[in-house]
Amino acid sequence: MLHLMQRMANAAPRPSRRSFLKLSAGAAGGLLIGVKLPGSLAQAAEGAASDQMFTPFVRITPDNLVTVLNKHLDMGQGNATGLATLVAEELDASTEQMRAEFAPADNAKYQNLLFGVQGTGGSTAIANSFEQYRKAGATARAMLVAAAAEAWGVAASEISVKAGTLSHPSGKSATFGEMAAAAAALDVPGDVTLKTPDQWVYIGKGFPRLDVANKTVGAPNTYGMDVQRDDQLVAVLTRPRAFGATVASLNADEARKVAGVVDVIDVPGHGVAVLATSTWPAIKAQGLLEIEWDESTAETRSSDALFDEYRKLAQAEGPVFRHDGDAAAQLEGAANVVEETFEFPYLAHGMMEPMVLTIHVEGDRATLWHPSQFQTSDQATAAAVLGIPQENVTVNTLYAGGSFGRRATPDARHVVEAATIAKIWGKSQPIKLVYTREDDTRAGYYRPMGVHKVRAGLDADGNLVAWHHRIVQQSLMSGTAFESFAVKDGIDSTSVEGVEDFSYAVSAFHGELHSPKVGVPVLWWRSVGHTQTAYVVETMIDRAAEAAGADPVAFRRAHLTRKTGSDAHDADNARKLGVLDKVVEMSGWGEGAPQGRFRGVAVHKSFNTYVAEVAEVSRRDDGTFKVEKVWCAVDCGVAVNPDNVKAQMEGGIGYGLGAILFDEITLTDGHVDQENFDTYRPLRMEDMPAVEVEVIASAAAPTGAGEPGTPPIGPAVANAIRAATGSVPSVLPLSKAGLA
Amino acid sequence: MIRLNVNGEDREVDVDPDTPLLWVLRDELQLTGTKYGCGIAACGACTVHMDGFPTRSCQTRVSDVEGAKITTIEGVDGKAASAVQAAWRELDVPQCGYCQSGQILAATALLAETPKPSDDDIDAAMSGNVCRCATYHRIRAAIHRASETMEG
Repeated sequence: MLHLMQRMANAAPRPSRRSFLKLSAGAAGGLLIGVKLPGSLAQAAEGAASDQMFTPFVRITPDNLVTVLNKHLDMGQGNATGLATLVAEELDASTEQMRAEFAPADNAKYQNLLFGVQGTGGSTAIANSFEQYRKAGATARAMLVAAAAEAWGVAASEISVKAGTLSHPSGKSATFGEMAAAAAALDVPGDVTLKTPDQWVYIGKGFPRLDVANKTVGAPNTYGMDVQRDDQLVAVLTRPRAFGATVASLNADEARKVAGVVDVIDVPGHGVAVLATSTWPAIKAQGLLEIEWDESTAETRSSDALFDEYRKLAQAEGPVFRHDGDAAAQLEGAANVVEETFEFPYLAHGMMEPMVLTIHVEGDRATLWHPSQFQTSDQATAAAVLGIPQENVTVNTLYAGGSFGRRATPDARHVVEAATIAKIWGKSQPIKLVYTREDDTRAGYYRPMGVHKVRAGLDADGNLVAWHHRIVQQSLMSGTAFESFAVKDGIDSTSVEGVEDFSYAVSAFHGELHSPKVGVPVLWWRSVGHTQTAYVVETMIDRAAEAAGADPVAFRRAHLTRKTGSDAHDADNARKLGVLDKVVEMSGWGEGAPQGRFRGVAVHKSFNTYVAEVAEVSRRDDGTFKVEKVWCAVDCGVAVNPDNVKAQMEGGIGYGLGAILFDEITLTDGHVDQENFDTYRPLRMEDMPAVEVEVIASAAAPTGAGEPGTPPIGPAVANAIRAATGSVPSVLPLSKAGLA
Repeated sequence: MIRLNVNGEDREVDVDPDTPLLWVLRDELQLTGTKYGCGIAACGACTVHMDGFPTRSCQTRVSDVEGAKITTIEGVDGKAASAVQAAWRELDVPQCGYCQSGQILAATALLAETPKPSDDDIDAAMSGNVCRCATYHRIRAAIHRASETMEG
């Protein structure tokens, strides 16, 4: 993913900082159209005047509130607070006066600087905004100071700012609110000086989450599912059971009889939509539809059959993604070879809030309300379906009830569906497309299934000499708008991330990738390729350590310390060692596990963040394992909000753990077998281990936190199971082999 | 017309008797703090209190709650609820937050019944409430924290 983003960043023209700062006034009135915000946020928004935008990112109003416009989607990872922290730091604002609001879709102002389009993903929200939002805060501060200097007839250099108050040694003082109007009328300064890290009062220390109060009282208009517009219809769309099937016949007689149902419409290419005046009649009527599907052009293979094909492909040579030295020869001459084939299932994201989107088409304009993760493509897609200019589509982003990647669809399928339904319906009425849990689980866009075949060779001294890694996995990027960035010479970078940058010292490395075509839509799932590559690499490293007769930590240290011949890998290894040493210290690894407990370790880099985890497990009488405790050390450069980084590690661990323990999406003749939380088992309270997280102090540029906690948990648990049973589970989920 | 008592107020709604209470709360009464997550009582996002007991509103027909007192996240109050909400804020429990209305109602009912819950009590009372962000670690800590503050 990171490689993808770097390529995109290189390819996309970057607007200069100056062009960002030039945009101000005038836009604010437009920003507020249709934006529904909960509680005090709504008041702040309505009270805002167009002349109080200091930059596209900061609004200060006479009520002394500072509103930060978040260009990203906050789906729980906390970037609304993170970006507000950056602004507050440079503005010297108080925590109490900070508010967060989602920015509208406007690629010129609000693009992700690593993507070149407005969107959230790849754990980039803080990384790409770190300078931009601090500069926005510093710019607003300079303007407030200049306004105060003018009002008081003093030199700007004599004015100090602390916790939201401007003051002068003469005794004069003012709040931001009092100076807001005068300051906003000033010219935007061309350049501003940012604080040095020793001057930070919030960054690296702490900042209260701005969304938590609303999320503990059930505040209205918080999530996409909460949107209720006047005259709104609810649409529930029945999609085919096999991907690519079409409607052969429809009998909607019973469905139409349900009170509240307004119409049942055929949505070519998508399925059959029930339109109703509220949600329940639409869901009830969906259950009464009689649809026959034509599956002649559909994907009708079963997942078992796909695994058979993948296993065969894993025996054949494929396109090469990395070749250093002669791995075949090294394996030939190795004193010891360990070999394994791994199987990973499709996974659904299963976020708590199913997919949802409200659209209102009025003439040649349209408005969307939803937790938009790719604002630019959501906006462009709605425009394309409706045949209207992109700038005529207003996107109102709301908080997301989770995403884990699901809402960032390159093809914006949910937008296509809603816009198509609105177009067919024809009347200018808001339509809220609601996915039921069953719809959401069966709609596809899964983490791809995969087979990895690995051989690792060791010399007589227990040194790694060869690594041969073959992956069979459906491409995420082929056929999408990102293909040209992400797929080079047949290699989708998201399929090989986490192994392509294998950094343990090894004499020879050879990697190949097969990307079979399957008609099941696939998508990134929290940490993208890393959930598979980290599992394979880190469990194989344990196997290699065992073959070498070495302790898993000692073996890793030896192969992370040795020079690799690559500066990039050596730099990675230094930071991997840092988190490994920390987690070893935290867990007391050297003392061994307590009686009846077993431990495993894993270390992995993803999204430029380094995470090491130790998992401690116990075995129940029925042979299943319980994960009792996890220690986690993370190096994400500067941790803007360390407690939030810890929260993301805790959550990332739980999310990854649920998947490796219990979850798989399977297909029978192309039909998805799972449909709800009864058949797609979520991690629950009693499954959650105690988690202890430490954040490594670092002056390096901040990297991501949303995803990197997830990849190491699978292999850490698998390695703990190996410590108990002598063998590493190679087929996921663990429940399949009676281990969970 | 079906008569309901929600958050201490008598309300009347004109819906089919088989409509789940969840959709009456959300669509008819605009009380959207109660969330839809699964529709089969498998996730707890729709938890409300019915005469003080945590109840899955997605599997409760509106016609079955006439005469009962329904409390939602918008109306929950009292010592346990205040302690729980304060602890949730103090420990920054929510991430996406979508399940937290249900978590808070389940935790409130637990503490009202069992003011000093053990970890096993927490497992038993909270196992029906799914959090896909896996904030369980903080939920557990916040329940213990709320229990402490209720004492003081």
